[in-house]
Amino acid sequence: MERLADPALLLRRRVLQLGIVAAGGLLGSPAGAFAAENPPLGTWPEGVQGDSVMVGITVPLTGPYSADGKDEQLGYELAIAEINAGSDAAKAWGMKGKGVLGKQIRYKVADTEAKPNVAVQAQTQFIQRDKAIMITGSVSSAVAVALEELAQRDKVVNMVGVSASNDTTGKNCQRYGFRSQQSGYMVCKALAPVLVKAMGQGKKAAYLVPDYTYGHSVFDSFTGLVSKDGWTVATQQVVPLGTTDFSSALLNIANSGADVFVNIAFGADAVSSIKQAQQFGVLSKAKLVVPVISSFQAKELGPALTEGVYGTIDFWWTLQDRYPLAKAFVDAFLAKNNYRPGFGAHVGYSQTLIWAAAVERAGTFYSVDVIKTLEASQSQPFDSSLGQVWFRAEDHQGVRPVPVVVGKAPSAMKNAEDFYDVVELVPGEQVISPPDMFGCHLGSYT
Amino acid sequence: MPSLPLLLSQAFNGLALGTLLALVSSGLTIILGTLGVLNFAHGALFMVGAYAIFVVAAATGSFVVGLLVGAVIMLAVGVMLERVLIRFFYDRPHEDQILVTFGAAIVIVEAVRAVFGGESQRVAAPDWGGGVTQLGFLIYPTYRLELIGIVAALLFALYVVLYRTSIGLVVRAGIEDARTVGILGINVRRAFLLVFAIGVVAAGVAGMLYAPIVSVDPDMGATFMVESFVVIVIGGLGSYPGAVVGGLIAGEILSITSAFNAAYSEVMLYAVMALLLVVRPQGLLGSEGRV
Repeated sequence: MERLADPALLLRRRVLQLGIVAAGGLLGSPAGAFAAENPPLGTWPEGVQGDSVMVGITVPLTGPYSADGKDEQLGYELAIAEINAGSDAAKAWGMKGKGVLGKQIRYKVADTEAKPNVAVQAQTQFIQRDKAIMITGSVSSAVAVALEELAQRDKVVNMVGVSASNDTTGKNCQRYGFRSQQSGYMVCKALAPVLVKAMGQGKKAAYLVPDYTYGHSVFDSFTGLVSKDGWTVATQQVVPLGTTDFSSALLNIANSGADVFVNIAFGADAVSSIKQAQQFGVLSKAKLVVPVISSFQAKELGPALTEGVYGTIDFWWTLQDRYPLAKAFVDAFLAKNNYRPGFGAHVGYSQTLIWAAAVERAGTFYSVDVIKTLEASQSQPFDSSLGQVWFRAEDHQGVRPVPVVVGKAPSAMKNAEDFYDVVELVPGEQVISPPDMFGCHLGSYT
Repeated sequence: MPSLPLLLSQAFNGLALGTLLALVSSGLTIILGTLGVLNFAHGALFMVGAYAIFVVAAATGSFVVGLLVGAVIMLAVGVMLERVLIRFFYDRPHEDQILVTFGAAIVIVEAVRAVFGGESQRVAAPDWGGGVTQLGFLIYPTYRLELIGIVAALLFALYVVLYRTSIGLVVRAGIEDARTVGILGINVRRAFLLVFAIGVVAAGVAGMLYAPIVSVDPDMGATFMVESFVVIVIGGLGSYPGAVVGGLIAGEILSITSAFNAAYSEVMLYAVMALLLVVRPQGLLGSEGRV
């Protein structure tokens, strides 16, 4: 108590507060003004005391989603390098100097094997041992919702990685979680009119559904949305994640009389099931639709198998023609990694930059202020690789354009990675679900 | 209730799936049944086989050349693995064998990932295996039909080599009492080496034949490893005919169940395995206390 009474200390504290008020005023955000008065929360202020802050990254580097996981990791690493260097690209996303609020970002990467318990264990270590100020990364929605729960419990902001389940910003939503990728509902709402236009009404569709939150959520949204155009469910084949032989499910699909085959599988499972569907003659009878297309699917299957296939994707590199920040991203990524970034890389890259921009805008790492800044982004959207994007305050779902793509013919490809045409870029506002549709109740701030 | 043609289709698919499962499990059961080593690197070796045919078939443009050269590569891998690692573990407890083969599997998988990356590679089906074949009410991929025949021939050849020649006899006697067999002037260690290498070739060939069907990536072996265990537990640990019977039963369970509801097919497989372990712990064709 004596120390607090020291007039010199008191003076210094006042000056500091004034400085923060001034900085907050300059940034147009009052939130920073009271940062110094906040009680400790999560890893704050412990995690921000040095000249660097730690970000915990969990991606699947083994298992069926490993290719997307590696891509995602490279996206995080590029974003962190740009932020730490204070590059022009980082400035265009709203960063001011080197690092975030002058602090360099450190990071650690752990392999999740696409398993929720492994991911939670790794991030718990990052939070407790390394005082991670932000956690991020997933390719499976099951991992994403588990990490959101952890983030809420430990009061550390979670910028959700790859995840398409409606539950991520629906019944499993959390105050501490933010998802930039389109939800399953947004995917289907953007895709359905394109499909009906291309294929007609009253189709019989067969569905291959991975047996976890993502698969069921996309199935429900898709069938719900196309039913008004008379599309019926010829058969629904539910298969576990990591299935290698789809023969029995495909026999049922081949026998169902379907004229559209909606394959909700993702990653290596999508590759195996599409290969086998072709061998079982399913693709000659039914048109293939892949609602959520993983980063390397076309490369892995070859353009002959993906020609004419409809789907959506978080990001496709030809969007560089439309958005300057997408071009900066693709160019930098290509120069560093010798291939054009995929779905995963884009999620990792943009989530890191949006978080960093939000921290700078808030003027503090204090999570409540960062969350409030992200929640207020509708009136002050972020400049990103997909134009202006924002998070909805009610459920933390990112509102961003949804790219609907169709596979190109091998002869139409202009380079070895030119697999898709972006046929529609549907504004997020048009396709986002009503905020209460999937039962989201955000938890408390503290 | 599914229609009769669908049930029959699934029953046939179960047979095809079952022969493949039997082939995949054969390498595991050969090494377990003769050498008494539980080889946790089995899935990784399956994956190495798939990559071997990927590399050779891409270079030569021929699936058959890929198979033959791939088998030689697998033989070399098997010999090397036995010489530098496995032979020091024949006399050690099962736990040690599991740990060392599990570790070897991690090294193999990560080495392949370091060279080829994590994405899946494309292996085209051979020209003679393209398209579909019309079987009355059933349309079936030609390649899978041919596989039934190829796998049956391979399984029979393995059976003859291991159980109808003196090699298998020497190995089984050697496991019981290596010293006595040695005193009789028989080189037991060489027989061990040969059997281990044959087991590795069997795992690799299964991977090669599976390569055109599944996603060829570094982690592809993991699921097959688990399925192989289920198959040999059902059939009887270490029993070679048991692996064939177990494979067919597993294939039928997976396939028939999915005619009703695909979501329950794996559940049903594990349920049957659990039930069998209660009723007949040594498996259908296993003998008690053998392994």
